[in-house]
Amino acid sequence: MIKGMGKLLRSIFLVDLLQGMWVTFRTQHPKNIVTEQYPAERPKVAERYRGAPRLNINPENGETLCISCNLCALACPENLIVVTSERNEQTRRKELITFTYDTSRCMFCGLCEDACPVDALELTQDFELASYSREGAIWDRQMLEEGPRPTKYLA
Amino acid sequence: MADATFLDSTELVLNMGPQHPSTHGVLRVILKLDGEKVLGADCVIGYLHRGVEKIGENRTYQMFAPYVDRMDYVASVSNGLGYCLAVEKLLNVEAPPRAQAVRVILTELNRIASHLLWLGTHALDIGAMTPVFYCLREREYALNIFEKYCGARLTTHAFRIGGLQYETYDGFEEDCRAFCDMFLPRVDEYEELLTGNRIWIDRLRNVGILNIEDCKAFGVTGPVLRAAGAKWDLRKAQPYSGYEQYDFEIPIGENGDTYDRYLVRMEEMRQACRIIRQAVDKLPSGPIMGKVPKVMKPPVGEAYVSIEAPKGELGYFIVSDGSTQPYRLRVRPPSFVNLQALDRMCRGGLVADVVAIIGTLDIVLGEIDR
Repeated sequence: MIKGMGKLLRSIFLVDLLQGMWVTFRTQHPKNIVTEQYPAERPKVAERYRGAPRLNINPENGETLCISCNLCALACPENLIVVTSERNEQTRRKELITFTYDTSRCMFCGLCEDACPVDALELTQDFELASYSREGAIWDRQMLEEGPRPTKYLA
Repeated sequence: MADATFLDSTELVLNMGPQHPSTHGVLRVILKLDGEKVLGADCVIGYLHRGVEKIGENRTYQMFAPYVDRMDYVASVSNGLGYCLAVEKLLNVEAPPRAQAVRVILTELNRIASHLLWLGTHALDIGAMTPVFYCLREREYALNIFEKYCGARLTTHAFRIGGLQYETYDGFEEDCRAFCDMFLPRVDEYEELLTGNRIWIDRLRNVGILNIEDCKAFGVTGPVLRAAGAKWDLRKAQPYSGYEQYDFEIPIGENGDTYDRYLVRMEEMRQACRIIRQAVDKLPSGPIMGKVPKVMKPPVGEAYVSIEAPKGELGYFIVSDGSTQPYRLRVRPPSFVNLQALDRMCRGGLVADVVAIIGTLDIVLGEIDR
């Protein structure tokens, strides 16, 4: 009887409805909003994020850090890195000529950057790799050094 | 009847999938129906076949590690752990204690993430819309820890053979503790939404019963086996990666129906939190990489290592011929074996129950087809 009265009062005063509305209201607080407004708001990816590859250059003289040792190409499970080099007869050092990286086949496992002895090849925090053609997914040395240029959207 | 056609027959053959939203990927089930009643269910698999085992024979041991993440992509950390343990057994090396503890933390986080995705989609299949949003929200916290630790959210490639590639980041322990503190009340919240829900109970209780004898006959493992009442968990039965140091319970069910499997998985998430807390509290210091050669040439032999993945027993069988590449690599995926019980579980039930049963098996087609 008492239990029945309680149930009746709950339905008269719309307790369940108000409880539900309270949950909705509570999640309006900015702290509780989890939806990201991409591309207006750019997500902050982690420092170790494995995204677009980059071939680092020496900031002082603009020369590449790559010593064309070919270890990244050997470490890659998909064999998507092609390095060509030429021996400079005067300095007796190998010089990098081309560096091709096929991002369409890359699975971003990070084995190439682990293999690099001079930290020249690095997977960066850029994650926008879309391109309008398949050829656009194959990055040459210039693209690797300058990084991708995704379209900027105005908020 | 002399000129009977298929129209006279009461039996109807119905294709469910491979594009059906509740088959969790590209599974095709051929249902034999008598009205609403299911007379039999045949699974057609292979739509996602990539030949992962064959790829393994053409890659060196280190190179193959990222591929195993792509089998059970919901629980990629567990896949990586199983593979690394198998190769470590071949090489006869062991990961240092710190690496083992970090592995346990990440695997248990992954177990939670996997169960959360299961719970959300399973509830969505049954018709409960709300849990999936909650589950994916919490799953995001776990994935963020993966991203901060190893740089990827889903296909993590977190472990290397012999230990870890990455040292934990600053604030790793705090993140894990904060996750556990945040997560335990949220499990109660899900239970509040579902456990006592009349529709949920009506749709799940006594649906898809698989008793303990059937489980053993089919080789079913994981939560499905535990829901039938068997106290079998490889983390307790044959501890690996230092699981013997942690104190946790194995939740078991009674009837082996869909509702019990739900309860078992909910409790497993709580136990996973318990393991994470213990592992974080006594995270040892020291090296993270064992002594492994740069060019791995395991001695001639074979090794089988199985671990308790979120979906059941995940085994790796590797045969080495002494070269840098495996001679043969075989994976025993839990989803593949568990799926074989689908026919037994569906038979006699209704069409709507098939959706619930596929959901409760927690299958990932990437792992079944490999």
